[in-house]
Amino acid sequence: MKVLTIAGNTFKEAIRDRILYNLLFFALLMIAVSLLLATLTVGEQSKIIIDVGLASINIFGVLIAIFLGIGLIIKEIEKKTIYNILSKPVPRYQFIIGKYLGLLITIMVNIIIMGAGLYLILIINELRWGHDIFNADLDIWLYIWLDIWKAIYLIFIELMVVTAIALMFSTFSSSSTLSAIFTIAAYIIGHLTEELRLIGNNFPDSFMKSTINFFYYFLPNLDNFNVKGKVVHGIYVSASYISLVTLYGLLYISVVLLLSGVIFQRRDFK
Amino acid sequence: MGRGSDVVIKTANLTKVFKVGFRGKSVAALKGLNLEVNEGEIFGFLGPNGAGKTTTIKILMGLIYPTSGKAWILNKEAADVEVKNRIGFLPEQPYFYDYLTSREFLRFYGQLFGLEEDELRTRMNNLLTLVGLEDAADLQLRKFSKGMLQRIGIAQALINHPDLIVLDEPMSGLDPIGRKEIRDIILRLKEDGKTVFFSTHIIPDVEMICDRVGILMKGELVNVGRLDEIMDAKVKYVEIIVRNVSKEMLAHMEAMGSSVYEAWDHVSINVKDEDGVDSILQMIKDGKGRVVSVIPQRETLEEYFMKKIGGTS
Repeated sequence: MKVLTIAGNTFKEAIRDRILYNLLFFALLMIAVSLLLATLTVGEQSKIIIDVGLASINIFGVLIAIFLGIGLIIKEIEKKTIYNILSKPVPRYQFIIGKYLGLLITIMVNIIIMGAGLYLILIINELRWGHDIFNADLDIWLYIWLDIWKAIYLIFIELMVVTAIALMFSTFSSSSTLSAIFTIAAYIIGHLTEELRLIGNNFPDSFMKSTINFFYYFLPNLDNFNVKGKVVHGIYVSASYISLVTLYGLLYISVVLLLSGVIFQRRDFK
Repeated sequence: MGRGSDVVIKTANLTKVFKVGFRGKSVAALKGLNLEVNEGEIFGFLGPNGAGKTTTIKILMGLIYPTSGKAWILNKEAADVEVKNRIGFLPEQPYFYDYLTSREFLRFYGQLFGLEEDELRTRMNNLLTLVGLEDAADLQLRKFSKGMLQRIGIAQALINHPDLIVLDEPMSGLDPIGRKEIRDIILRLKEDGKTVFFSTHIIPDVEMICDRVGILMKGELVNVGRLDEIMDAKVKYVEIIVRNVSKEMLAHMEAMGSSVYEAWDHVSINVKDEDGVDSILQMIKDGKGRVVSVIPQRETLEEYFMKKIGGTS
């Protein structure tokens, strides 16, 4: 209950924050611009639109997750609003979970809006070429366009992981810049973990090898959540793959949140 | 701690050492504080800025952990989350979510105490009336003045009907009328049988309403007891706050050697000697003016301490 109260308030804070609307505006703008890009290609316009659209959703989603995610705790400490919350009967771990859930709701709403924007552009594109999409083969709807939501869903799981990491850095660092850099680094390396292992295995030096392997196991493998390319080219993404990857994400998040809770519990709020 | 249920706050050898700077130099903010606050009293926690008042309060509220020593509130350890159900707290210089309206703000804290909607609504209305913010019920906090923030801060501290109210510098930055309103609220809380613990560095705040005071200096408690027992601070001037006084009368008062400061809805008259107070009050009464408050102003704690430090060195 208290967790939900804090989550609700966090959501309220986010939707009254101007940064969110700026990011959302640019995301929708990017998706709309894909219509122009599509014009430059011969045929396959919808592929270009889906490709650019999903990439936009991913990039702006990550920006929202990182910038709002880091502010989540640091802003509370900087603005000293945290004093008044933690002096109420709210255990610190519940505060963290509430903040996290509040931001997830915000991200989810944004992603749904962006996804709807992408759909709108796809429909506009079809109508532009005089396709009677409302009487079209169900194939288009089911196998391609609905698959878009599989990609968007996995983007959301990825953002859940990124948000949890941002939250963790902000529980012990008091600098937003530093936390942002760490989180962005974790995000980038998280997408390069396969390469990381390859590099590690090619090192003759066993110390370097084990260090690199440590990072390989320690950081999330965010490429698992990337099925954008498959969706664009109409390659089937199985339900079992999605469930497995979801499970992986949730496990990673649980560990990160647990760690955040432990750090946060010991912290002094000077 | 002892079984005496009449002790509401108790600390034993409470010590807090902060590491500051790049090299982690140790600075002791509190040095072995022993303090007891009894049930039903108004306790003023006095000390110059940087004496360790806020550090003490933060330890009591479980926001920071003591380096050594212990603190209890209502017979429970200070870090106990459950005991906070019975505490109302106003932090120093209220920092609140400024994107919320008064009502949303009170609802949020009420929900953190697990209050049901019906009860919450009644309490919200009562509290908004108590602190005089009915008209600002649907105004965002970012549009509030400092005094209004302090008042909504007190309202949120009372949302759970606490047994103990802890206020950190509740009167700093307020005008005389605002300070009086806060004093009235504190006195009313005492009448309801509640214990009030508040910190301040302004002596007139405490001398009018506190049962006991504790004086903190450089992290050490230098004195506890009734203020007049501790200090015999001489009255520097008497501040009289009035409304509805004519300009001629004010000019006359100035001619008599008092300083007059006009604010938008009241006038503050500072009378140099205590004997002059009676005649000024009589004058206001004859002129159908309304007296809001009469407050003897003594030297501030800083002045007191400066003198004390100066005297010993």
